[in-house]
Amino acid sequence: MFKQTTKTLRGIGHRFIDRIWRLGTAARFVWRILRRSSDNPLRLIGLTVREMYATGVLSLVIILVSALFVGMVLALQGYNTLQRYGSSEAAGVLVALSLVRELGPVVTALLFAGRAGTAITAEIGLMKTTEQLSAMEMMAVNPIARVIAPRFWAGVISMPLLAAMFSMVGVLGGYLVAVPLLGIDHGAFWSQMQTSVDFRADIVNGVIKSFVFGIACTIIALFEGYDAPPTAEGVSRATTRTVVNSSLAVLGLDFALTSFMISV
Amino acid sequence: MTENIVEINNLSFGYGSRRLHKGINMKFPRGKVVAIMGGSGSGKTTLLRLIGGQLKPTHGEVKVTGQIVHKQDRPGMYALRRKMGMLFQFGALFTDLSVYDNVAFPMREHTNLPESMIRDLVLMKLNAVGLRGAHKLMPAELSGGMARRVALARAIALDPSIIMYDEPFAGLDPISMGVIVNLIRNLNDVLGATSIVVTHDVHEAFSFVDYVYFVADGVVAAEGTPEELHASQLPFVHQFVHGDVDGPVPFHYAAPDYRQDLLRAAHV
Repeated sequence: MFKQTTKTLRGIGHRFIDRIWRLGTAARFVWRILRRSSDNPLRLIGLTVREMYATGVLSLVIILVSALFVGMVLALQGYNTLQRYGSSEAAGVLVALSLVRELGPVVTALLFAGRAGTAITAEIGLMKTTEQLSAMEMMAVNPIARVIAPRFWAGVISMPLLAAMFSMVGVLGGYLVAVPLLGIDHGAFWSQMQTSVDFRADIVNGVIKSFVFGIACTIIALFEGYDAPPTAEGVSRATTRTVVNSSLAVLGLDFALTSFMISV
Repeated sequence: MTENIVEINNLSFGYGSRRLHKGINMKFPRGKVVAIMGGSGSGKTTLLRLIGGQLKPTHGEVKVTGQIVHKQDRPGMYALRRKMGMLFQFGALFTDLSVYDNVAFPMREHTNLPESMIRDLVLMKLNAVGLRGAHKLMPAELSGGMARRVALARAIALDPSIIMYDEPFAGLDPISMGVIVNLIRNLNDVLGATSIVVTHDVHEAFSFVDYVYFVADGVVAAEGTPEELHASQLPFVHQFVHGDVDGPVPFHYAAPDYRQDLLRAAHV
């Protein structure tokens, strides 16, 4: 009994120390990215733009299609509830506020983690497995500066842009359902939205959220790939961890940021 | 007297509690092709990584052109690595770049040459390995032997004074093997470089190298020219050179008594 308890406690302690160790390694990893980002700024810009295609542009389809459906569902649900209180014209406001404040940044980040995040982890993990990163080191080229930093900045820049596009297309989806399909007045839909959505409190806060989510998702994806054991199983586990950890980080950060924004 | 480009002095290294090298001494003279041979897991590839400064020895030192590798700071280490070229076991080509861009990569990173000159140099390097016509292909479109040759062209892109080869013959057909053997020898002689070849392919290695080190149990078990080692009566060298199944290097991994193991299984 005593032996079993000691073994369990030792296991918990070992896991805890391991987590702290990984956290420290991740913090050092981020520091190295930031330091190496100033090595050759002009080249970094060129590489970042190239990576933005892979990270941002290739994620557009899934983000925009999802946004359209999310907006349409929001309009349907909003209309269904609001008409009981005789304020179905406010469906536009509901769609816009839900998207700009919450669903835009959160759903985009979750989709980003699933689409771009996993691609980044798998790519970096495979580069490690196939010794491409070692080859770069042996060519006196720093992989952090050449491979990791451009992907980091590409992710950080792409996320807010994707979230903004998500919100825009979502509103359009809501409009397509609310106005032509459900018969809400075109003018009421837009004017109520215009008067109720505040630039500072809603839009800027949404952008801040998506920026923070972008940093979190990209760092997790990059670190998991860079830290992955160089085996097929290692890369597969790292890819899974990217999705799980990014999703949890996004939802946790969303709560923290929302609490902070509401209290300010 | 020939100058030693690389020297390994009393080098020890291990992973965790496992000691892989226990006081290794080796010398690699300028202009020579030297093979490091030994069984799987004897730490041959690790020796290349120690020479390249990717790993730090626990004791002893590796000197490259007179400089102690592990005592270099990052810029110093990178300056040393610019004198080295390394061919990885499976090429390690950048899969998102074409053959041309793979070979151009070190030139673009370390020189300010105009693109027109880089083009000429890349085509010259590819021509040297017989793949000028494949410059537009992607790594996924290459066979194993071709990928190895492209990686070789990339390794010599900056005309290094040391070229390291990690298992250059692994998984190659006899024709590709012959091509790689000729390339290693010819490129070494043309560039005036020093080549370090890690391999366990005795037949191929003995046909073109100048000197051989055998590594076993963490030490240099034997050394000499291919002729000397071929005639050697040392049990380890004899077993390795002639491919005997059993000898000083046992066929069986350390295990408890066979009969007892089987009887124990019957009781489970």
